[in-house]
Amino acid sequence: MKRRDFLKNTAVFITGASVSLSALELVDPKEVLASRPDLRWGFLVDTYKCVGCGMCVKACKLENDIPYDANVTRTWVERYVIMKSGEVVKDSPKGARDGFTSKLVDQGESGPRLLRDKEIAQGFFVPKLCNHCTLPACVQVCPVGATYSTADGVVLVDRKWCIGCGYCIMGCPYGVRFFHPVVHTADKCTFCYHRITKGGNTACAQACPFGARRIGNLRDPNDPVAKEVLNGRVGILRDEYGTKPNVYYIGLNKEVH
Amino acid sequence: MVHGEAWTIKDLFVLPNEYVYWSIQIVLYPYMTGLVAGAFVLSSLYHVFGVEKLKEIARFALVFSFALLPVAMMPLMLHLQQPLRGIHVMMTPHFTSAISAFGIVFLTYGCIVASEIWFVYRKFIVESIERLEKKQRRGIESLMLMIYKVISLGARDISPEALEADHKAIKFLAGLGIPVACFLHGYAGFIFGSVKANALWMTPLMPVIFIMSAVVSGIALCILCYAIFMWLRRWALKRGKTFFIPEQVAGTMEISDAQLRDVQTYETRMTSKYLLIFMTLAITLELLDIIFRGYTAVKSWDILRQVIYEHDFVKIFILQYGIGNALPFLMLLLPGLTTRRACLASILVLFGVLMMRWNVVIGGQAFSLSFAGFMHYQLPIIPYSLETFKEGLGGALMVAVTPFVIFYFLNMIFPAFYSEEEAH
Ligand code: SF4
Ligand code: SF4
Repeated sequence: MKRRDFLKNTAVFITGASVSLSALELVDPKEVLASRPDLRWGFLVDTYKCVGCGMCVKACKLENDIPYDANVTRTWVERYVIMKSGEVVKDSPKGARDGFTSKLVDQGESGPRLLRDKEIAQGFFVPKLCNHCTLPACVQVCPVGATYSTADGVVLVDRKWCIGCGYCIMGCPYGVRFFHPVVHTADKCTFCYHRITKGGNTACAQACPFGARRIGNLRDPNDPVAKEVLNGRVGILRDEYGTKPNVYYIGLNKEVH
Repeated sequence: MVHGEAWTIKDLFVLPNEYVYWSIQIVLYPYMTGLVAGAFVLSSLYHVFGVEKLKEIARFALVFSFALLPVAMMPLMLHLQQPLRGIHVMMTPHFTSAISAFGIVFLTYGCIVASEIWFVYRKFIVESIERLEKKQRRGIESLMLMIYKVISLGARDISPEALEADHKAIKFLAGLGIPVACFLHGYAGFIFGSVKANALWMTPLMPVIFIMSAVVSGIALCILCYAIFMWLRRWALKRGKTFFIPEQVAGTMEISDAQLRDVQTYETRMTSKYLLIFMTLAITLELLDIIFRGYTAVKSWDILRQVIYEHDFVKIFILQYGIGNALPFLMLLLPGLTTRRACLASILVLFGVLMMRWNVVIGGQAFSLSFAGFMHYQLPIIPYSLETFKEGLGGALMVAVTPFVIFYFLNMIFPAFYSEEEAH
């Protein structure tokens, strides 16, 4: 990042030597954010409240210009059906964009599978999105620094700089990344950074009719999300990878990872 | 269509964004770098350790390694979604990323090979300049003269002291080249081994396994190509044709068919011995890895076992270990090795190493991060878009053919088969 800024600065400096000096002053985003060390975005998913309607997935696609019919998505909802025999059946057709309306479970090549009601022990839905990890594997492996963490804890991709190697996609333990079918660079959830930095809510949280998804500031002790994360019993996904996610789950089963 | 969708078939529960993102080009990437590194190690056996028996093939291996060098870059570029931005890797190297070191290691290595070739051929270059300057030049010869003049860099001193200094430099560069070549390839293994999200790749053994199989594939390729080019030379010699053998254009070499055949058989036999040694090491390491995973059986072993013993059984145990390892191993071990048998064995070895890369790269992506589903990869054969060409059979063949084209032209300037009394 520094090096690129340096190159940018140099280029700007050389071409714009005639411009007044104050016009040359580039704003360093790190500096701006350093003035707010009290900000750290965190996300809370309440799996008890999620009904698998897919409103969040739809809203996200529309808000963030992910082609509606493309088979990739920044957020998705997984359905878990646990059978009395102990078998776990899962699916997420089209990322659950259209909601779960059928009892047929999508099994890819093996075709749909119908589960008999009386054999089912429990069923629930788990929304997923980028975890905006504190130690993100994707940032670690990106060869050009196109994927980076902001000081307020959001992981972003610089579409102008990404070379499209796919290393971050392979490195992310959560499978949240993909290549954007139009711009052909790595893409993923941004916590709707363009909205939250202006005081707004994320598109998915806003669209959720049941309040299953919420975003908040983990550094603010009065923030309802922060309170829940700090005082409630919450879990994170795939702790073993050491990425320290910032998306927390209420009611996480051991079957979910 | 989404990248990867064209060649991925999903089965059971696969996450919505998961596809086989690293396809054939990423199989070829470690394969090609492996060949480069392997060929170089072979040439260094002679230069550094003074294995006199490998003298002839060593020079060939060196030039060939140089011809392969630019091709190691190609698959990486071809698989980028934004190939024109490839240079960003050099502009903002991000040192926590294994790929970002590639440019640097690669350039260092390239410089070492280039300077070694320069020292090895310096005498030849100077002599060629002198010879060409004296004679009546026809079209291409003027061009050659110009090229030689440029690459001689003005160093025209071929006194015994100067040549002695050259020898020292060669030895030093060859010695330096071995660790760098191993590093070049070891870290290609590291790129995979460090992807912590992938249960199959995540092993510290990965770089070592890659180095060993790299040496194996490099040596096998040298044996094979050496034989093919020798055969071409003999064929051309009999018919008085000279286009395969620029050293004859240059008129510096007179050799009979029988002599050529002797040299060929001898070199092939000697090299095969080294091939056997490295094969043993490579196979041991790979088996060790599988056994260790099964024995320690952590959570991911469940799905790995399914991939290794069920989905990819044929590819791993039949194609890679059976046809690619065990069979050529026996062929090389049996007494009375002929060039033909050595070549056949080398082809199998090359195939085996390719399968190993395939099984690591594609096999590593065969199971979903959900640990509950699988992805099958179908190589695009008939391209209907740039993407399916680049990451399909067409792109793969392009990568495979390029080194030979480069070698053909390189051989005109640095004749790989040129030999003289104090050749190195
Ligand atoms: S969840 Fe994946 S993409 Fe998101 S920050 Fe973590 S490693 Fe990166
Ligand atoms: S695809 Fe783009 S963001 Fe991802 S690692 Fe490569 S350069 Fe970085």
